[in-house]
Amino acid sequence: MTEQNIKLKVRDLNFYYGNFQALKGINLDIPSKQVTAFIGPSGCGKSTLLRIFNRMYELYPGMRAEGEILMDGQNILSRDVDVNLLRAQVGMVFQKPTPFPMSIYDNITFGVKLYENLSRSEMDDRVEWALKKAALWNEVKDKLKQSGNSLSGGQQQRLCIARAVATRPEVLLLDEPTSALDPISTAHIEELVHELKQDYTIAIVTHNMQQAARVSDYTAYMYLGDLVEFGETDTIFTAPSKKATEDYITGKFG
Amino acid sequence: MEKYQNTPQLKRQLLIDTLFRNSTRFFAFLVLALLVGIMLSLLVGAMPTIRQQGLGFLTSTAWDPVTEEFGALVPIYGTLLTSFIALLIGVPVSFGIALFLTELSPTWLKRPLGIAVELLAGIPSIIYGMWGLFVFAPWFGDNIQPWLIDNLGEMPVIGFLFQGAPMGIGMFTAGLILAIMVIPFIASVMRDVFEVVPAMLKESAYGLGATTWEVVRNVVLPYTKTGVIGGIMLGLGRALGETMAVTFVIGNSTIFSTGLFDAGNSIASALANEFAEATSEAHLSALISLGLILFFITFVVLACSKLLLLRLKKQEGRGT
Repeated sequence: MTEQNIKLKVRDLNFYYGNFQALKGINLDIPSKQVTAFIGPSGCGKSTLLRIFNRMYELYPGMRAEGEILMDGQNILSRDVDVNLLRAQVGMVFQKPTPFPMSIYDNITFGVKLYENLSRSEMDDRVEWALKKAALWNEVKDKLKQSGNSLSGGQQQRLCIARAVATRPEVLLLDEPTSALDPISTAHIEELVHELKQDYTIAIVTHNMQQAARVSDYTAYMYLGDLVEFGETDTIFTAPSKKATEDYITGKFG
Repeated sequence: MEKYQNTPQLKRQLLIDTLFRNSTRFFAFLVLALLVGIMLSLLVGAMPTIRQQGLGFLTSTAWDPVTEEFGALVPIYGTLLTSFIALLIGVPVSFGIALFLTELSPTWLKRPLGIAVELLAGIPSIIYGMWGLFVFAPWFGDNIQPWLIDNLGEMPVIGFLFQGAPMGIGMFTAGLILAIMVIPFIASVMRDVFEVVPAMLKESAYGLGATTWEVVRNVVLPYTKTGVIGGIMLGLGRALGETMAVTFVIGNSTIFSTGLFDAGNSIASALANEFAEATSEAHLSALISLGLILFFITFVVLACSKLLLLRLKKQEGRGT
């Protein structure tokens, strides 16, 4: 990895829930326009780490992060960085589909309207573009006025991806995006992740090791708040350098 | 097959099941019977007035037990106006309370504030009435009302609302007291429904870069609209039917006037004041007719809220 290809640099990152230390001195380079997967048993801190990249933890009292996360050289944990602008640049998709209680069209425009002033036709174009990016356009183009809740689970999750993509962020955070979906919808989403990495830096948390192997270029294995091993996915899954990683990946533990 | 045949134990279970089903059904239908019963007895009691005056009863402003002339316009206007003022003040305040408690308050402040709101709901209405009459009304009449009358009384269109003498008591004061009384109800319902919004849904909106207000306006409120409107209706129901506190401060006038600061009357306080003295059949029937009207108003309000919800649902986009 050369210096220019690194999108997010995590430096000496500690994270606390009250008195409990959930992340211990994490150092990590997330490459640009690649998929980085975070794996590890429950409670290892992988979701916690993801939620620091858009400072989502700030919504809740008693949580605090120490250290630095540099995005294109700027420390996003600094007070000078506006959290709302940051979140507009770092999209997130959650464990379960979370369509807003409004029409499919309005779901997409919600985030766009917050930071851009587009004409009606520009907005229509943006909605079409985002839905095509999320491979959902053909299924919903005739029912954009319908409620987002009327879609199936897999479609809802692609709607959420379209919604995150619509604001044209630089980074996409996927927090176990397929954990509530059936195998076919899961396959759709994984295909989508492949497509999206051409334009976005993607970080994905997953419980499913096969999924990490299928979709990611780099993999980070975490355990109890420590980053145990980080490297190219092929290496991690075929020749891990640490015994703990190998045990987890081969299913001896976890 | 021995084990699939009726054993005594199975029979007993079946019997208990039947009893249980029938008794719960009985209770459910009891509610309907009570509703119909109340409606019928109100109708029967109101019959003399309806037969004598018909719809004219609704638009007449007369109220004279001696000459036996009765009209319902004064109490109807008083009831609607005071309830309207109560909601106008109470809903935004309650919304603010609920919003602060669920989205913005630091954790250590949540419980004391929440309990304070609930305690407010537990204060008997007569105490609100006494406080309104002895504390608030004199202060309001001395300090605020003269200013409002001087500055707003001459305005075009809305000026007529603010004319009159600064007596302290009147329909505005009644509305204000009602607002204080409905706030704990509306606020606690709103807080409860705001709390059930899935954290992930809110995070999705925050994740797009939305501010707290944008999240509340576009996600929390649409998601909870049924509960929010339900809470407002609960408050409105209380405001429409509240008797004691209103009787203390509304002035109990039988003369029709539109001004906010004038004395007026509400249906509930007219009933409370006059029922004991109503000796003639015409007077009694007029009072029961008022009760029927109050029943009807509540019914219309409920129906309207259901219609409103249906329309909101349509705006959201068709469901499956």
